[in-house]
Amino acid sequence: MASRITQRPGDLWGRALGWLSAVLVALSVAMIFLYVPSDQVQGVVQRLFYIHLPVAWLAYLSFFIIFLSSVVYLARRQPRWDRLARSAAELGFVFTTIVLLTGSIWGRPIWGTWWTWDARLTTTLILWFIYLAYFMLRAYVSDPERAARYAAVLGIVGFVDVPIIHMSVRWWRTLHPQPIVVRAEGPAMPESMLLTLAVTMVAFMVLYLFLLVEKYRIERMKDELAELRLRHSG
Amino acid sequence: MIVARQIYAIVRKDLLLELRAREQVAGMGVFALLTLVTFNFAFDLTGADRAASGSGALWVAIMFAGLLGMGRAAAIERQQGAWEGVLLSPADRGTIFLGKLASGLLFIGIVDALALVLFTALFALPVLRPMVLLVVGLGTVGFGTLGTLFSVMAATTRAREVLLPVLLFPLALPVVISSVRATTLLLTERQAEVGPWISLLLGFDVLFLGIAYLVFGHAVEE
Repeated sequence: MASRITQRPGDLWGRALGWLSAVLVALSVAMIFLYVPSDQVQGVVQRLFYIHLPVAWLAYLSFFIIFLSSVVYLARRQPRWDRLARSAAELGFVFTTIVLLTGSIWGRPIWGTWWTWDARLTTTLILWFIYLAYFMLRAYVSDPERAARYAAVLGIVGFVDVPIIHMSVRWWRTLHPQPIVVRAEGPAMPESMLLTLAVTMVAFMVLYLFLLVEKYRIERMKDELAELRLRHSG
Repeated sequence: MIVARQIYAIVRKDLLLELRAREQVAGMGVFALLTLVTFNFAFDLTGADRAASGSGALWVAIMFAGLLGMGRAAAIERQQGAWEGVLLSPADRGTIFLGKLASGLLFIGIVDALALVLFTALFALPVLRPMVLLVVGLGTVGFGTLGTLFSVMAATTRAREVLLPVLLFPLALPVVISSVRATTLLLTERQAEVGPWISLLLGFDVLFLGIAYLVFGHAVEE
């Protein structure tokens, strides 16, 4: 039994992705701390940006993956689509948390506050709450098939809602005074910064893919285990 | 036409149940009133600038009461297998959703009316105007649509009272923001700026009515 599980074709990919992401993340850490110059205005703390941006994109990408796999799950009812949604949700939650934390750490010296009700921040916070609702919904439903259906419904409704949430929060903010938010986009980034960002972006995408593959594998094992338990007890 | 008759049958059933048992509207109404009174102590709603915070109090009262009512309605359906009976009827799932939404909106509508009258009397703010009523109507439909979908789902879970607000409030945020904003603008005589908010509410209502109608069948498969 154990040998069959370890010899699945996906495992080789998983291991390759693991090593590749280890190398790429090491490279981006080296670039962020040693290669790229500090920002003239913002100083050292700006280096957080190279992690913040890719992680933010992946947090939103996770939601897109959940949406797609939820639609396919409701249409076809194959458990693997639910497993994919489940895996993406967990990564999305972790990545959204990292985005909020790194943003907060950056905001303290730059904006002078840990938090501000800016449109993008507020939308990300609400996204975090939707992820939280997604896990709570799953946790409180005992029947796994029903949990998958409910989660898929929430995944679809939530994904469609996020752009509207963003729009409403932006309007709400623009109709209000904005005392602290510095919105200086600044000139185009120098080449070294762009290069660092590009490398970090690729590194995090590979890392994300690796984590998604591994998470999916764990979820599949969990399902198999539950099924085996059910068969032997029943 | 058969759809209209099926919706009517569901609304009639809920109305009859409410007339006999009185488990929803009275409780919701009292709750909304108490929320308004509590807000009066939490914020100063007597000053000249009360229009700004007043609309917030009104909407919190409406939404909390609506949340309570929709949770209750789903719990009532769970008693003695009533929901199975509804699902076994020849109406398709989308129609059942529309029926449950209609009766939910009817009950919240009664509470809306009550809250608006009390609000006018207690805080001397002119909310009984066509435009404000339109905003209240659109906001209630948006909130009720998501609420009907999620209350049916939450009712079968272990922590239903806790889960419904956790599901509903983040997703209903656009309704909260635009209803409160639009009401505030109307109460402070800035009618010219209210247009985008009403379009946002309308767009939200139409979009999620469509989505909820489509996915409701997946949420109630038993």
